Amino acid sequence: MVSRASTETELLELLRGIPDPEVPALDIVELGIVRRVELRPDGGVTVDVTPTYSGCPAMHVIEQEIVAALRAKGHDRVELRTVYSPAWTTDWLSDAAKAKLKAYGITPPALVAAEQPLVPLSSVVRRVACPYCGSSNTERKSEFGATACKAIHYCHHCDQPFEEFKAL
Amino acid sequence: MGADSRASDPGLFEYLLRLGDDRLVLGHRLSEWCGHAPVLEEDIALANVALDLIGQATHFLKLAGQVEGKGRDEDALAYLRDGIAYRNVKLVELPNGDFGRTIVRQFLFDVWSVLLLDGLQRAAHTELAGIAAKAHKEARYHVRHSGDWVLRLGDGTEESHRRAQTALDELWPYTGELFAADEVDRALAGTVAPDPAALEPAWRHVVSDVVRRATLTLPADGFMHSGGRQGRHTEHLGHLLDEMQILARSHPGAKW
Repeated sequence: MVSRASTETELLELLRGIPDPEVPALDIVELGIVRRVELRPDGGVTVDVTPTYSGCPAMHVIEQEIVAALRAKGHDRVELRTVYSPAWTTDWLSDAAKAKLKAYGITPPALVAAEQPLVPLSSVVRRVACPYCGSSNTERKSEFGATACKAIHYCHHCDQPFEEFKAL
Repeated sequence: MGADSRASDPGLFEYLLRLGDDRLVLGHRLSEWCGHAPVLEEDIALANVALDLIGQATHFLKLAGQVEGKGRDEDALAYLRDGIAYRNVKLVELPNGDFGRTIVRQFLFDVWSVLLLDGLQRAAHTELAGIAAKAHKEARYHVRHSGDWVLRLGDGTEESHRRAQTALDELWPYTGELFAADEVDRALAGTVAPDPAALEPAWRHVVSDVVRRATLTLPADGFMHSGGRQGRHTEHLGHLLDEMQILARSHPGAKW
C-alpha cells in the first residue's frame, strides 16, 4: 500500500540516497542539483532540478535515478522541472559536504571570488591545498579535468596529482 | 507585459537560434581536437570547453523551440536544419587550423561571449537570463584558459608568436559580425538582450590589453565579413553539418 502521507521532507531524504554519478562522495541533494520536492494535490510529485554545468553529461542519469527512486516508493507520476535561476553555485555546498569531498581526495571549492580581471597574469594563479597532505606547495596543471566540475593540480610535497572541485 | 509571455515571438526565436548556433558550431569545431591536442591537459580542456558550449546550445535551442511553438525540440533544431537556416557568425564555422589559430579564435569569441552573457543575465526574460547566468560562469573559465594561451603563444617562441599573429590577422575580419545589429537585435536591445554594438568598446579593451601583453599587434580594421546571422555561410559550415547531422538524418528518430 502506497503511503500518501509521505511528506516532502521524507521524499527529499529519499533522494539523499542517490549519489552523484561523477562525485559519489556527495548526494544529489547536498550537491544542490535537487532544488525542491513538491507533493502535488493530485498525488503526483514535482522535482525541481538544476544543472551544475550546462553540458553536464550526468544530468540524464541523475534524472532517471530520481524517477526510479520515487517510483520504487509508489510515486508513478513524477514531473521533473529544470530550473535555471538562480544559477547553481558551489557556494551552496555546506561545510559538511566540503569535508566529505576532502576525505574523498578532492580539494573542496573555495568561495566564488568577487569580480577579477577576465585574463589575469599567470603569475597570480592561486595555489590550492593538497587534499592528501595539506601542503600548499602545489601547482595548477589545468582548470579542466576529468569532469566539468574539477581542475587538475599537482602536489610537490607528496608528489601526487590531485583534483579540485572548481568554484563556480 | 512580462517578457516571458512572448510565446511564438519570431524575433526572439531568431535571436535564440543565434545564441544556440554560435555555441553549437564552435563546440563541434572544438570537439574535433579530441584526441589530437598537443598535450593531454589541453585535449581535456578543449573537450571540456566544447562540452560546456554544446550544453549551453542545448538550453538555448530548447528555449528557441518552445518560443517557436511548432513542436521542434533542441535535437530537431540542431540536426534537422540545413546550413541556410543556421544563424551562427562565420567566425565559429571556420576550420580550426593549427592550435594557435584555434586558441586565438576561442579568445576572440570568449571575451565577446562573457560580455554578452553578462548582459543577458541581467535582462528581462527570466528563463533566458537564468541560462545566461549559468553560461556566464562557464565562459569566465573559458576566457581565462584561452587568454592565458594567447599570452603564452604570443610571448613564447618565434614560431608560436608568428602563428598567433597570423591567426589574429586572418580572423580579425570575422569579428565585425559579433557587433553588427539588424532588426532582430534592435527589437530586443535594451530589454531582452544587450545592444551588440554596445559590447564592442569593452571587448576591444580586453582584447587589445591581452594582445599587447602577448607582444602581438592588433590588426587594423578594414573589410569585415557578414551574412552568417542571415544564413549566408562559408562553404565550411556545410561540411561540418554533414558530419554532425548524418546519424540523425540517416536514422530518423533513432534511440539507443
